Amino acid sequence: MEKQLRTDFKKIIDSSNFSEKEIITKEKYLNKFIQNGFPGKKNEDWKFLDLNQAIKSNIENLDYFNENLPNEVDPKIYVDGLEHNKIVFINGRIEKIDFKYEESDKFEIKDQFDSKSLLNDVNSLVDLNSALTNKCYKIQVKEHYDVKKPIIIYSLTTSKISSKNINIRLDFDLESNSSLKIIDYSIDKSENNFVNIVYNFNLEKDAILKNYKLDNEENNNIKYSYNNINLDTNSVAENFILSFGSSFIKNEINCNLNGKYSSAFVNGIFNLDNNKNHEIRTSINHLNENTKSYQLIKSVLGENTKSAYQGKIFVKSNAQKTDGYQLSKAILLSDNSEFNAKPELEIYADDVKCSHGSASGSLNQDSIFYLMSRGLNYKEAKELLINGFLLDVVEKITDNEIKNLIKNIMGLTE
Amino acid sequence: MRDKQVQDLKEYKYGFSTDIDTIKAPKGLSEDVIRFISNIKKEPEWLLEWRLKAYNRLKVLKEPDWQKPKYPKIDYQDLYYYSAPKSFKEKPKNLDELDPKLLETYKKLGIPLQEQKRLNGIAVDAVFDSVSVATTFKDTLTKQGIIFCSISEAIQKYPDLVKKYLGSVIPITDHYFATLNSAVFTDGSFVYVPPGVRCPMELSTYFRINASDTGQFERTLIVADKGSYVSYLEGCTAPMRDENQLHAANVELVALDDAEIKYSTVQNWYPGDKDGKGGIYNFVTKRGLCQGKNSKISWTQVETGSAITWKYPSCILKGDNSIGEFYSIAITNNHQKADTGTKMIHIGKNTKSKIISKGISAGYSDMTYRGLVDISKNAKNSSNYTQCDSLLMGNKCGAHTVPYIKNKNSDSNIAHEATTSKISEDQLHYCQQRGLNTEDAVGLIVNGFCKEVLQQLPMEFAVEAQKLVGISLEGSVG
Repeated sequence: MEKQLRTDFKKIIDSSNFSEKEIITKEKYLNKFIQNGFPGKKNEDWKFLDLNQAIKSNIENLDYFNENLPNEVDPKIYVDGLEHNKIVFINGRIEKIDFKYEESDKFEIKDQFDSKSLLNDVNSLVDLNSALTNKCYKIQVKEHYDVKKPIIIYSLTTSKISSKNINIRLDFDLESNSSLKIIDYSIDKSENNFVNIVYNFNLEKDAILKNYKLDNEENNNIKYSYNNINLDTNSVAENFILSFGSSFIKNEINCNLNGKYSSAFVNGIFNLDNNKNHEIRTSINHLNENTKSYQLIKSVLGENTKSAYQGKIFVKSNAQKTDGYQLSKAILLSDNSEFNAKPELEIYADDVKCSHGSASGSLNQDSIFYLMSRGLNYKEAKELLINGFLLDVVEKITDNEIKNLIKNIMGLTE
Repeated sequence: MRDKQVQDLKEYKYGFSTDIDTIKAPKGLSEDVIRFISNIKKEPEWLLEWRLKAYNRLKVLKEPDWQKPKYPKIDYQDLYYYSAPKSFKEKPKNLDELDPKLLETYKKLGIPLQEQKRLNGIAVDAVFDSVSVATTFKDTLTKQGIIFCSISEAIQKYPDLVKKYLGSVIPITDHYFATLNSAVFTDGSFVYVPPGVRCPMELSTYFRINASDTGQFERTLIVADKGSYVSYLEGCTAPMRDENQLHAANVELVALDDAEIKYSTVQNWYPGDKDGKGGIYNFVTKRGLCQGKNSKISWTQVETGSAITWKYPSCILKGDNSIGEFYSIAITNNHQKADTGTKMIHIGKNTKSKIISKGISAGYSDMTYRGLVDISKNAKNSSNYTQCDSLLMGNKCGAHTVPYIKNKNSDSNIAHEATTSKISEDQLHYCQQRGLNTEDAVGLIVNGFCKEVLQQLPMEFAVEAQKLVGISLEGSVG
């Protein structure tokens, strides 16, 4: 692995124009990754989902250098029924940026490598991302500006992809009293690739971020996504994850509630079938007074599937009046399905209200009986119950347009 | 007056040490020391081999380090693995032959060994450093066919039973501290309840560490045969010493068809002084196996002592319809640290488990609940209910909850809830309004918080435990 990495790293450096200093920084991250490798079962954070194993058994000849050949963007891929701005990645390369709805002086997208914004000491995958990304775009929303339409970030892979690994990295700066809605939307036509996505958000005072992740297309890729969100005073981050299509995906969200009265929301849905392995891991760090967090994760698990939820609430000793809540629920539909949870609380302040709950089991037979006695057949009754179960999470989405879009995608009806 | 009482209570009243001549094994851990222990206890060949097997495995094992409370490295070569009062070369046949100093010690601890002095019918096996000093009410128990004696005695008298069950729940291939115990265990209690017998009294062991630089490694084995019932209590204290002492015991419970074992612990090892100096490292492995159908094992623990408590009394629910329960109160104050919880492993069909854990941390202490609920594929129609609540007093302490939940069966249900909070101002205000001072009000509220667990304790223990809860928190409020 190391040899391949080093040669591919050299190719990436040669094909881009990094300064001497940047190359040294990148090399540092590369060495760190080589030292630690892909995380496996022995790593506590990867206890339930063994990435090392998944990569070994699914990806032959893992290589990292993507030739970055330009691709045509097919407008058919765009999401219907929602006016939106676009960023289109094809095979890890940005092909199109379209912000026609926004005022150009209020909204900026910069293409610059800023080594200061690189994330340190998170895990080896973030190190790999820092080492191998050739571009690092920063999206900046100026003060008092509400981005009018949501940005959909299309992340496409095609069968023409020239490497087995793609690293995507985006930075977002929300200046004070601004707001931004983004939707991650992936369309995968490649097989058995490892996609590694890192986003870093900085929310200044009173900023609002709405961050939706949709993984709704069936594919055979292995994906990892890490979002780091720093929140200043009175800012809000709302996150929603729909975990559905990929054969293997882990979504990680790390929120640092640095400012007073800041709040973070993470809601997620696993709706799995056919040998899928998904995980959501969150860590919410309450670092100041009067901060709030809320998490709701629901799973529906079909044949041979596995979902895991690891949620951590950390409360620093000065973060008094913290309000933290976590709930995870799972319905197991098959004897071959498996649900794992590790809802963790780490609390050092006394005047707090923190709780978590977790429940898992089968569909309630009484409810099914009730519905069948009213004329539904078993299948309909089951679907109705599952829809209701999942709708609960979708209803938490605060943006109505996007909520309806997601309902349509999931085929949920009220 | 009250101040003085509080002062007395704050002091660890079991902190005295008894000046008594002892025989010790040479310092350090080696094959020779294991042979020495085995020899002095006149053990059969198979047991020595068993110990050596464990020791050989220990050599390649690594000490675990994933726990929350970190501690300085233990020098295993700087410990005595065997210490016994000199008068014990030949075990005294009755209490009259017992060293009066020992009797005095237990009297001071409130554990009279003379049977006539006991008001209630609790049979006690007292363990002093490495050996069992006395077992009371033997005759009454023998009549029913119940075996209650020290494990050394059981090895001599009932080798078949011991051989059959020793290591059947905690094998020598287990984790570091359990394996260490298997290699060097010195004494402990053995209980066998024959089929269909309901043990007429509470059985109890009282552990006392006296000698310095000694690790206490006792091994308890309780077997409840078909259709039997036994309730077992365990209490512990140690003198105040500045250095940390290691206590790595193994407790194995086996419940056969329709049997029930109730195991209660009130752990009050020396917690160290208020600056966190000294105290016991309580690294105990407790595991129960519900081997038979309809069997039941229930753990109740009140953990108030020790500098570091690191233990997870567990139930393996192997038999169909078996039940596992875990009730725990853990209190940490000053610089105490605890990482405790339970594991419920569901293997059989229709198995049920219940976990109620209450953690209270005050001062500079740190408390972690860590638990595992694992429902395997074949454990159809199983269920688990977990509730773990933490109470924090002050913002210098920590309370953490780390549950692991694994569900592999679609017919099974797991419900888990946890809360962390402080004593609410409203409750305090209500109590104070009715004339209670702050400390009494806090005591009342804390006792209410712990009630679900205290109720599970046998009567005599419950009173004791309630007092202990009060003492452990004395001075931490206001």
